[in-house]
Amino acid sequence: MQLVLEKRAERSNTIALISPLIAIGLTIVTMVILFAILGKNPLLALQAYFIAPLTDSYSLQEIAVKATPLVMIAIGLSLCYLANAWNIGAEGQFLIGAVAGSWIAVKTQGTDAGAWVLPVMLVLAAAAGALYALIPAICKVKFGASEILTSLMLVYVADLFLDYLVRGPWRDPHGFNFPTTAEFDPVATVPLLIEGGRLHLGSIIALLVVAAVAILLGRTIKGFEIRVVGAAPRAARFGGFNSNQLIILTFAVSGALAGLAGIIEVAGPVGHLQPGISPGYGFTAIIVAFLGRLNPLGILIAGLFLALTFIGGEQAQIAMKIPLDVTKVFQGILLFYVLACDSLILYRFKLVFPNRQVARGTH
Amino acid sequence: MQAHQRMLDPTANSLHSGESPLFRTIGLTKRYGDFLANDSIDIDIWPTEIHALLGENGAGKSTLVKAIYGLIQPSAGQICWRGQPIVQSGPSEARSRGISMVFQHFSLFDNLTVAENVALGLDGKESFKDMSARLEQVSKTYGLPLDPKREVWQLSVGERQRIEIVRALMQDPQFLILDEPTAVLTPQEADQLFVVLERLKAEGRAILYISHKLEEVKRLCDTATILRGGKKVETCNPRLETAASLARMMVGGEIKEVKAAAGRQTTVPRLVVNDLSLAPGEAHGVRLEHISFELKGGEILGIAGVAGNGQDELFAALSGERLSKDPGTIVIEGLAAGHLSITQRRKLGAAFVPEERLGHGTAPRMKLSENALLTGHAASGMVHHGFIDTAATLKTVDRATKTFDVRKAKRDPEAASLSGGNLQKFIVGREILRNPAVLVVSQPTWGVDAGAAAVIRQALLDLATAGAAVLVTSQDLDELAEIADRIAVMFHGHLSAPLATSEATRERLGLLMGGSTLEPKEAAHAVGA
Repeated sequence: MQLVLEKRAERSNTIALISPLIAIGLTIVTMVILFAILGKNPLLALQAYFIAPLTDSYSLQEIAVKATPLVMIAIGLSLCYLANAWNIGAEGQFLIGAVAGSWIAVKTQGTDAGAWVLPVMLVLAAAAGALYALIPAICKVKFGASEILTSLMLVYVADLFLDYLVRGPWRDPHGFNFPTTAEFDPVATVPLLIEGGRLHLGSIIALLVVAAVAILLGRTIKGFEIRVVGAAPRAARFGGFNSNQLIILTFAVSGALAGLAGIIEVAGPVGHLQPGISPGYGFTAIIVAFLGRLNPLGILIAGLFLALTFIGGEQAQIAMKIPLDVTKVFQGILLFYVLACDSLILYRFKLVFPNRQVARGTH
Repeated sequence: MQAHQRMLDPTANSLHSGESPLFRTIGLTKRYGDFLANDSIDIDIWPTEIHALLGENGAGKSTLVKAIYGLIQPSAGQICWRGQPIVQSGPSEARSRGISMVFQHFSLFDNLTVAENVALGLDGKESFKDMSARLEQVSKTYGLPLDPKREVWQLSVGERQRIEIVRALMQDPQFLILDEPTAVLTPQEADQLFVVLERLKAEGRAILYISHKLEEVKRLCDTATILRGGKKVETCNPRLETAASLARMMVGGEIKEVKAAAGRQTTVPRLVVNDLSLAPGEAHGVRLEHISFELKGGEILGIAGVAGNGQDELFAALSGERLSKDPGTIVIEGLAAGHLSITQRRKLGAAFVPEERLGHGTAPRMKLSENALLTGHAASGMVHHGFIDTAATLKTVDRATKTFDVRKAKRDPEAASLSGGNLQKFIVGREILRNPAVLVVSQPTWGVDAGAAAVIRQALLDLATAGAAVLVTSQDLDELAEIADRIAVMFHGHLSAPLATSEATRERLGLLMGGSTLEPKEAAHAVGA
C-alpha cells in the first residue's frame, strides 16, 4: 500500500476554503504536544490562548486593535504575492511610515497646529512607506536583484534609523533619558471610537482597505492584471500586461499600507514613537496573508485570529508562565501547515494498492 | 487469468506462427485515477520489422511507449521479451536488454559537445576516447555524419536528432523506438532517415515507429497498430490500406473536409513587414534577418520551416511581445506598428494565436471567461472605466462555445481542464469573434484531434473569405497546402519569397527548409548532399 499525491483536474474550491482550518487544527495538535513537553497542562494552555481573550470586552477590543495593523499590512502583501513579487520587508515599511508620520507630530509638538496634523501624518506615512518599498522594487526591475533579500535587509536599516532618532534628535527632553519621543498632542493622535475604550479609527480604515482591495481584485482590470501576472507570466505578457510595472505598483501599494499601519499604531495605541513599537507585525502579516488565502475577506478573519494569538500569548504568560516566544513558535508552525495544506487544493491524497496482475518476471 | 487467455490467442500474428515475437505486451493497461490511458493493449513486435504505432493525440501512444521503455509501470498486463515475461523497472534496464528509444523532445545539453552528450547518455564504462572513436565509426557506418567536437547549440534540429539516433545505435539495440522522428525534419531529411531505418531493419532489428503521418507509414512500415481512446483498434498491414482508411481507424469516423470558398477576393494590404531584423531575446535564440512580406485582405500566407528557425521570434515581433526599434518595419492596417505594444496592435485590429496553448495563449488555472478577458480587454467592450463587465466576458465564452463547438464540463471551467483540441478551438474562437483584420496564428492544429483541426482550418478559411489577412505558421506541410494561398519558408531567421501553393511542391519546400535557394544548380547540389 502506498500513499500518493495525485493532481486534481481542477482546483478544489472546497479545499481552498477549509485548508486554513485544517492547518489551524494541525497547529493546535502540535501545540498540545509542545505544551505537554513544556510540562504545562495543554487544556489550560489552550483555554488561556484561545478562549480567555474572547471572554471580556477589553481583550476583545485589544484583539481588534492588534488585528488592525496585521490586516492592513497583509492586504498590501497579498497584492504583491498574487503578482509574484515577494515583499518580505513590510516590517521596515511599517517602521519608516511610523517615523515619517511622527516627524510632523514631533515638529508640531506644543504649537497650536490645527486638525490638519493627523491627516498630513497619515498621508506622509503612506508616502514614505511606498517610497521605502520602491527601493527593492526598482532594484528588482532594473538590476534583477532579489526583492526577497533587499526588502528584508531594509527592515534592519529602518529599525536602526528609528532607534537613532528616538535616542538622538527626537528624544523627549523630559523623558528621563528613555529612548522615546514625547507623547503626541491630541491633534496628532488617532481618535478613539469609544470613549475610554481601546478601539480607534484605524480599525475603520483597515475595514475600508479590505473592501477597496476586494473590489480591486474581483471587479477591476487592474486586479485581473495582478492575478494573471502572478498565475501565468507568459500569458500575462501575451495579454499586454507589463509585469515590471506591476512589481513597482504592488510594492508601492503594500509599502503605503504598511506605512499607514505604522503611523496609526504610533499615533493610536502607543501614543509616541519608541523602539519596539511592533511585535513583528510586518512578519506576522505574511502569515496572515497566506492563512487568509491572499483573499481580502480571508485576510480579515486571519488577522483577527493571529491577533488572538498575540493576546492569548500574553495571557498564557501571565497565567501559566508560558514564555511569550511560544506565540512566535505557534505562528511559525501555523505558516508551515498553511503552505503544506495548500498543496491539497491542486492535489489529493490517494491510497494505491500494488497491482497483483503485473507479472513478477525473470530478468 | 485474463492475461493467460490472451497468450493463447491464436490470432496474434499468423505470419510468424511457431516463433515467439521479440517483444510483446499482453493486456497492457495504464490507469491514471479514473482515466484509462491504455486499455488492455496487445502488441507484438518481430525482428526485421518496422512497426508503426498510429493514433491521434491522446490516443495513448506515449503512455504505451513509456510503459514499454520502463518509464512508467503498467497498472495491469504483461510485457514479454523474447517470450519471457519481464518487469521493466526503468530505462536503463530496458537499454541493458537491448531496447533503445529516441524521444521526440531531445534531451541534449546545448553547451556540451556532441561526444559529451553521447557519453552522458551511455551506461557503459568505456573511456571517453574509445567512446568518441566508436561514435565516429557508428555515425560513418550508418551515414549519419556528426562532428563529435561541435557544441550542440550550433547544430540544426536534424543534426540534433542524429545525435539521439547515434546514441541509441551505439548500444546496439535489438529493438529501437522512435517517437515522431520526422516531425522536425525537412522532407529530404526524412528520406535520409528512412534509408537508415531500412538498413537497421535489414540487420534484423525491430523498430517501433510512432507517427501520425499516414503516407509515411504506408511507405515505410510493415505493420501498423492503431490506437484510439486508449484502446487498440486494429493491427494491419499499412501497405494494403489507404491513407483514408487508416485515418478512419484513427479517428473513428469520417473527417469533415475543409472547403475554401470559391472566388475569394484579395483586397488591400493589411499586414506588411518591411526589412524586419531583430536580435534574439535570449541566448541561442534566432536572429530575424531582413524579413519582408505583404499580406492582403482575403489571403492566407503560410510560413513553413523546421522548428527553431525563427518562427517563435517572428511571432513575438509581429505580436508586439517584442518591440522593434523602427516603427515602419511592421505595418498593420496601414499604420506603422513596430513600436506598438500588443494591446495597441490589437486595437488596430490584429489578433494573435500563439503555439503554446497553456501558459501562453491562456492562463491555465483561470476560468475561460477570464481568459477571454486576457486578450479581449483591449478592444471588445469588456472593460468600462477600469471595471470588468463579467457578463460580456461570459458572453464571449458562450459564443465561442457555440460557434466552434467547444466541449467542456461546465459553463465556465478552468482553461487547463479542457482537452487540447477544445482549448485550441476556444482560443481561435476567442480571437476570430473579435472580427480581426489581421490574424497571426502559430501552429493552429498542433497536437489537436482531427475533428478539431478541421473546425479550426475551416474557421481560418472563413475568416479570410470574410476579408481578413491570415498568417499561419505551421510545420505541417499538408496543413499549409490545404489552406494557404502562398507559402514562404523560414530558415535561420530568413524568410524566403512566397511561392503560390500550387507551385510549392514538397520537394521545393523541402529544399528551402534545408536552407537551399531555388537556383537550379544549388537545388541539384542540395539533393546530392
